[in-house]
Amino acid sequence: MTDTRTRTVEVNVGGGTAGDDAVSNYTINFGPQHPAAHGVLRLIMELDGEIVERVDPHVGLLHRGTEKLIEYKTYAQAIPYFDRLDYCSPMCMEHSFVLAIEKLLGLEVPLRAQYIRVLMAELTRISNHMLNLGSHIMDVGAMTPNLWLFEVREDTLQFYERASGARMHANYFRAGGVRYDLPEKMLVDLGEWLDTRFKLFEDAISLVADNRIFKQRNVDIGVVNKDDAIAWGFSGPMIRAAGLPWDLRRSQPYEVYDRMEFDVPVGTASDCYDRFMVRVEEVRQSARIMRQCLKEMPKGPVGSEDQKVFPPSRSTMKTSMEALIHHFKLYTEGYHVPAGEVYVATESPKGEFGVYLVADGTNRPYRCKIRPTGFSHLQAMDFMMKGHMLADVTAVLSAIDIVFGEVDR
Amino acid sequence: MRGRSNADGREARSTRPQTASDEGVIDAATNALGPILLDAKDHVGEITLTVHRESVVDALRTLRDTPGLEYQQLMEIAGCDYPERPERFEVNYQLLSLTKNRRIRVKVLTDESSPVPSATAVWPVANWLEREVYDLYGVLFAGHPDLRRIITDYGFDGFPLRKDFPLTGHVELRYSEAEKRVVYEPVDLPQDFRTFDFLMPWQGTEYVLPGDEKAKPVGAGAPSPGPTPSGTAPTNAKTPAETPKTTDTPAQTGAGKPADVQATKEARKPRAVKAKSEVSKASDTPDPKPKGTTRRRPGGGAG
Repeated sequence: MTDTRTRTVEVNVGGGTAGDDAVSNYTINFGPQHPAAHGVLRLIMELDGEIVERVDPHVGLLHRGTEKLIEYKTYAQAIPYFDRLDYCSPMCMEHSFVLAIEKLLGLEVPLRAQYIRVLMAELTRISNHMLNLGSHIMDVGAMTPNLWLFEVREDTLQFYERASGARMHANYFRAGGVRYDLPEKMLVDLGEWLDTRFKLFEDAISLVADNRIFKQRNVDIGVVNKDDAIAWGFSGPMIRAAGLPWDLRRSQPYEVYDRMEFDVPVGTASDCYDRFMVRVEEVRQSARIMRQCLKEMPKGPVGSEDQKVFPPSRSTMKTSMEALIHHFKLYTEGYHVPAGEVYVATESPKGEFGVYLVADGTNRPYRCKIRPTGFSHLQAMDFMMKGHMLADVTAVLSAIDIVFGEVDR
Repeated sequence: MRGRSNADGREARSTRPQTASDEGVIDAATNALGPILLDAKDHVGEITLTVHRESVVDALRTLRDTPGLEYQQLMEIAGCDYPERPERFEVNYQLLSLTKNRRIRVKVLTDESSPVPSATAVWPVANWLEREVYDLYGVLFAGHPDLRRIITDYGFDGFPLRKDFPLTGHVELRYSEAEKRVVYEPVDLPQDFRTFDFLMPWQGTEYVLPGDEKAKPVGAGAPSPGPTPSGTAPTNAKTPAETPKTTDTPAQTGAGKPADVQATKEARKPRAVKAKSEVSKASDTPDPKPKGTTRRRPGGGAG
């Protein structure tokens, strides 16, 4: 990954040109509406010429009070809010929340549902990385790969729609399983898609991976060493690019990830180029996991048999009085979660996405703290940007993979 | 029926993330922390250590640096509000050990005025995380380099995640065409936020339902609900806004002139007169043609 890189970017650490003492630092405002800000980010940047001295990110412009709203909703009603956190990878957001509920309930989930969740989570990872890789490439100046990668992303959204009925805000995972079983035809198509459509992705990456301009813009930009990555709370591709093989799917496997065979890619230089390439390899590994899921997925129910938690199917409601009562109770009162507190984190495409859930034994969460991935990464922006050029801001931002739905909540 | 396992793919199993075993962690932490530690418990496989507020930084540093514990990463700081407690706020630090592959939670208690020592010296990531807890709960952090609001709006007033902060907030904003800027106004909802209490469907509620305060209090067990001694008045009663929310000009509403003078008159007639005229009209109906053009409405507007 690193042997062919060129190291041509000279970084003038400390700034200030000789004999130019009359020019003082000036401050510019980046955003909140800037196409390279990946949402509503406002950066107050103090510049010395073109060298960034200090960055003060202002977040919260997309704050919608999700955590407060969840306190007023039943557990099932809270799931759609998670789709709207990181709207580039909705199902991975739901994942942490349903795992937290299941942990408090001590609920066991049928194997097929676990396979479906892993399958969809990996599809989500591909979908997310298509968007991020494409926009990263575009932010540093190339156009075509982004358009190609959006083609692939469009396919993943089609599969989303076939699974859940919605292209983006899926609301598909439930405590105890998933809402619907996947159609047989969709699984067949998914396998075909993995075999054929990935060529487009490889083509797009081949345009930039060894491209001279792309490397000039990314190699040695935003370097963070291992100790700093740990101290700043990095996770996901950001910490893997720093050379730490830390992947929650591997280290703390949930669902059926312990049955999956996949590699955890790591970087060596911990710069924007490594972060990019780690994500590229993750896409290939995700495809590998999806193939295994398709091959091994057992037949069976897609929801827990605990009828006090998992709603009955539509067809049983037509014939069973008990199912009808359960349906009514679950969609009005909802289920009660025993008192306690848990912190459950999953490997979302952007890193560790955690939910700290406090239940008080009622049908509503007492407190639901969402641990966004981008929040810690964005905080390190000031630290990463120090001494870099103004134009590197976009490269660093894209390599963080920031989405404001989850940062601002 | 939980966890039934059959051969035909009905096998079910737990989904929780599998970390390394937490065996011996509480003992090791008790030894390392000594009198700082107030309480340690293990619930659903997660260890929570409650420590003295004043020495939380020492506790965090010890947990990070003691061999065998090695919690290198601070992943999250979460506030929580329990208004009924004397020290109403909890601050929860979620730590992660990359080498030992374990998680732990450190908890401190505080109130509105007692500051928690800032962990920014131990982990730089604590900076924003503490700012967030300050912003949403008003918990103060002593020694924090830059304790500003982070998530809420510029100039925001109040601490929105406290339990006594209403879900709707206190102000709403809109763009005023007249003033050419965004204006802030007190919240005025056309309908109250509907929150349902499903917890006590048979026993009746703890509080007095709106309207029930008119009913006379009766003995316990009687069908008509009387106010319980601990009952409080409903807090969701509407308070009128100080300035009514109106559109700025009639042009914005799309309202034109009244459509029809005749229709307006009809509408304003007292009911008895109206009924009379309806009867007289009904007697006219056998005639298929209208008697004259006088009754034809010029604008065609209905009343």
